[in-house]
Amino acid sequence: MAAQTTGARTRPGRGRAPDAPPADHARRGGRGLGARSAPYLLILPACVATIALLGYPLVRNVIISFQDLNAFQLIQHTTQWTGFSNYTDQLSSSTFWHTVLRSVLFTLANVALIMAAGTAVGLLLNRLGKRMRLVLQLGLVLAWAMPVVAGTTVYQWLFDSQYGVVNWFLAKLDWHSMAGYNWFGHQFSTFSVITLMIVWQSVPFVALNLYAGLTTISAELFEAARMDGAGAWRTFGSVTFPILKPFFLGTTFLEVIWVFKAFTQVYALNAGGPEGSTETLPVYAFIEGVGNQHYGMGAAISTLTIVILLALMSYYFRIMLKQEDDL
Amino acid sequence: MRRSLFGRVWPNATAVVLFVFFVFPVYWMVTTAFKPDLDIISKTPVFIPVHGTFAHFRAAVHAAGFWTLVRNSFTVTVSAVLLSLVVALLAAFAVARMRFRGRKVFILVIMMAQMAPWEVMTISVYMIVRDQNQLDSLLPLTLFYMMMVLPFTVWTLRGFVAAVPKELEESALVDGCTRFQAFVRIVFPLLAPGLMATSLFGFITAWNEFPLVLILNKNSAQTLPLWLTQFQTNFGDDWGATMAASTLFTLPVIIVFLFLQRRAVGGLTAGAVKG
Repeated sequence: MAAQTTGARTRPGRGRAPDAPPADHARRGGRGLGARSAPYLLILPACVATIALLGYPLVRNVIISFQDLNAFQLIQHTTQWTGFSNYTDQLSSSTFWHTVLRSVLFTLANVALIMAAGTAVGLLLNRLGKRMRLVLQLGLVLAWAMPVVAGTTVYQWLFDSQYGVVNWFLAKLDWHSMAGYNWFGHQFSTFSVITLMIVWQSVPFVALNLYAGLTTISAELFEAARMDGAGAWRTFGSVTFPILKPFFLGTTFLEVIWVFKAFTQVYALNAGGPEGSTETLPVYAFIEGVGNQHYGMGAAISTLTIVILLALMSYYFRIMLKQEDDL
Repeated sequence: MRRSLFGRVWPNATAVVLFVFFVFPVYWMVTTAFKPDLDIISKTPVFIPVHGTFAHFRAAVHAAGFWTLVRNSFTVTVSAVLLSLVVALLAAFAVARMRFRGRKVFILVIMMAQMAPWEVMTISVYMIVRDQNQLDSLLPLTLFYMMMVLPFTVWTLRGFVAAVPKELEESALVDGCTRFQAFVRIVFPLLAPGLMATSLFGFITAWNEFPLVLILNKNSAQTLPLWLTQFQTNFGDDWGATMAASTLFTLPVIIVFLFLQRRAVGGLTAGAVKG
């Protein structure tokens, strides 16, 4: 039914962009069925791929979540339905709710840091001289380009307890108890390293895009604000932020979604350890499903995670579709 | 307006600190890879490698199966990108140049597919691939990587196709070209830079992918990211070799990225490059 309504709205003559091609329409009308089916033939491969490689796995995930699928059933190739029991097990377990809470706090902390630091760096870029700006941009691009997997190995090395440069540096700053400190032996310290790494990887995206956005604001606006006696904070609050509000909203949601489903960083750094105390939802689903071979249970956790993500995404799309007219 | 000395100095000073913060991990990776073992495990870190050595790179390159892994990674990545380029170009042309019923729905699906939570879909993908007896092979990886980069490819190519003036195509039609000929002779050559940029972004995504290969190819047909995360386990605490391996893995990406930097900024990517 959604197809019907939106399809109708894309037809020309209903306040769409003026170049929505009526000419094209007329020509197509004259060419008959072959030409009319052309767009559908063109999108067919993409549709088939999306249904088979994305839609089906999503559906299959839900199907598996209603099964009791452990190592035994996997080897025997038997299907054992259990109804909602995987879900009721999870929703009534304190481990699950602890993981949800942990994921939410982890996401909030990361996104707050990313947005604050990214905004600060973006504004700084706009203030710097040409040469210094280029230098900082180069640094940002290098950090941005670093593959996530390579980043995790480097952070493991930086925070190595014995020979890691971070511990050496902290001890040098007279914090002697940090010499030989095991960062991956505690929940909070592991999360600190993961957070630092994610912030390091994500700030460049926010900062460089904000800077690109800032260059589109005409200098006269800032000039006028200064004439009116606005300080730096006031200028940001009254000029920059309102103009770039779509950017801030969109980017914040992208980062929320991105951090919430971050798997590689958490898993490759310390595999959710020590003792599962840094498992976020995606890692929890993986360890419960694949690690402990409770595939049905893992699929139920994934499905619940996907539901949370879908809720976040639908909000994101509401924001994006409001601004994006040129669909 | 004149600024005070302090007002002129602090932005530059902050920029230097930030530059160090962002570059240091990359710098440390590369320099560790070149340092002899004694410098790596010295009490005081050696910040400038004066006694450079290629020993760690030799260790990484001579590790069991290294070249097979490189070949696997390149095969999977390049085939996935090329496949998605073909599929996406067809769709992008339809979306950019034709109006049809369901067009908006298609665009919406593509936008949502771009954010597909692949990280939490690994269990069902594993079951599907297992049903087909395709575990530990490159084909399913190629197909799923193709799907991972497809939405972004459609989305950006649509922009590039739309940027080619319609009049060029129309005049070709007037001169007697068919729509297909007009596309091949007029639109396609103008799209070349766009195709290049888009495929390189796809390359980065597929090259870095980790969760799927982690679950699908445990025993053979592995790729470099999986190997890299296990490198430390395989080699003990040989940080020199681990960093050399990371450097080798990162090198193609950095080259591609520096090349693309200008295009990357400015909303083109809208979140698709990461993750």
